[in-house]
Amino acid sequence: MNLSPTAALRHSGNLFALALDVLRTLPRRPFQAREFIQQAWFVASVTILPTALVSIPFGAVIALQIGSLTRQLGAQSFSGAASVLAVLREASPIVTALLIAGAGGSAICADLGARRIREEIDAMEVLGIDPVHRLIVPRVLASMVVAVLLNGLVSVVGVAGGYFFNVILQNGTPGAYLASFTTLAQLPDLYAGELKALVFGAIAAIVASYKGLNAKGGPKGVGDAVNQSVVITFMLLFVTNFVMTAVYFQIVPQKG
Amino acid sequence: MGVEICVEGLTKSFGQQVIWQDVSLTLPAGEISVMLGPSGTGKSVFLKTLVGLLKPEQGSVLIAGRDITRLREHDLYEVRKLFGVLFQDGALFGSMNLYDNIAFPLREHTRKPESEIRRIVLEKMDMVGLLGAEGKLPGEISGGMRKRAGLARALVLDPEIILFDEPDSGLDPVRVAYLNQLIVDLNAQIDATFLIVTHDIASARQVPDNIGLLFRRELVTFGPREKLLASDEPVVRQFLNGRMQGPIGMAEEKDAAQIEQELAELDAGNHRGPMGGKGASGPGVTPRLLPSPGIPRPPRWRAIAEREARLHPQEVADA
Repeated sequence: MNLSPTAALRHSGNLFALALDVLRTLPRRPFQAREFIQQAWFVASVTILPTALVSIPFGAVIALQIGSLTRQLGAQSFSGAASVLAVLREASPIVTALLIAGAGGSAICADLGARRIREEIDAMEVLGIDPVHRLIVPRVLASMVVAVLLNGLVSVVGVAGGYFFNVILQNGTPGAYLASFTTLAQLPDLYAGELKALVFGAIAAIVASYKGLNAKGGPKGVGDAVNQSVVITFMLLFVTNFVMTAVYFQIVPQKG
Repeated sequence: MGVEICVEGLTKSFGQQVIWQDVSLTLPAGEISVMLGPSGTGKSVFLKTLVGLLKPEQGSVLIAGRDITRLREHDLYEVRKLFGVLFQDGALFGSMNLYDNIAFPLREHTRKPESEIRRIVLEKMDMVGLLGAEGKLPGEISGGMRKRAGLARALVLDPEIILFDEPDSGLDPVRVAYLNQLIVDLNAQIDATFLIVTHDIASARQVPDNIGLLFRRELVTFGPREKLLASDEPVVRQFLNGRMQGPIGMAEEKDAAQIEQELAELDAGNHRGPMGGKGASGPGVTPRLLPSPGIPRPPRWRAIAEREARLHPQEVADA
């Protein structure tokens, strides 16, 4: 891999250009509904199960940490409030991001990379069909929609897991746990979480598409592209998450 | 009616490496041209530059009066509808069966009803001898079948220009013969402009109106078939004979002293090493392949047939 600063800049620029292309191509008719549904189904099918399985222990860990922390601070009545907040605001967008990038993005990248090296993408362009319109836009939209839905799933499973561990295993009071849900958390937290998931889904799909479309050098090139796409997506997602969280605290007044 | 392609001063390089430079040629409308060249001289790159998949560093490619190297993306997609391209491995969409692959351009670009699409697709599949294989996936068929399916897909939109990237590679001699006949028949029927990139000399001898040769980063020659077949250019002679002595080496070009020596050997009538691979049977003009008897010949082909009858009375009478 070429690590010179100009190459890195050029790649960032091209990635951004692809993102703009996707944005520009978004309203173009006819909308590729069939491809969108197929891709949404595909991304959902590779992510739902791992997401659910990851979010149970994730919710449990948060519940355990917060359970012991609140006991140490003498604020047991807030354990429900704190764990809901943690799951909703940070845990579920991050879990969604990891799964969308790791499972969905890598599959998209491998698929497009294989098409690129088999000259399918070239053939498509020669047939007068814009791959961004025909392939990328449906994938980006599918990944965004699935990310939003997954975020909902992770939130529910995470909170349920937290409840189970706090109430059943740490002998917390069910009533207190449930009642404290809304003392700290508020609806904008959910909106912000969903917005994060939406953005993460878009980033994961665009990076995967970019890397896939630019794969070269045979099967090994596809492997490299998948690897790079997952790494780049993770880095971008965590930076984006930080920025979005910081902005969120600036514009949404906090309870309490 | 086909479209003329006018290439002017085209130069392409990847990074520091120049692939070819200052290539200028005109592919006459409705004629068949062949581009020869040793492996790795950028023939496929040339093809991809013609359709605007690769951007050249310099020069222009004029198609129907529009410079493809300077078109905006949207216009480029419009111009590409004039093209049918047969890629080396067919470049079929792996997730679709052959029928859907061939129907794909029709479904994307036209509003034809499914029954009409079916008629066109089956007609093209019949033309390339693939009837009965509609439901097969590209991964399940042989390379030759993939190639023919790729050709059928390139033909469904009735292109004005058809580009073939090594149509003969990976095919047996009989299928190459069928494919060559198919190319000639197609040209008589649809009148499109054809460009075939190949290193099969036997095909290059019989099929085209014009032949070009790419070597050592430039277009050595481009012109009517007879002119090139009778050429004295050492590279052309070596290529037509398929022999080891001459400017073309195994890895790349040889050094000047060695070329001098080998050419001197040849002049002295001293041949060594194998020759004649890939149908390379030496210089000399052979009769042209004519459209099959059942196919109505447009004026251009009638003129060619008359000329062939004059030049090679014996062979044409036999055929």
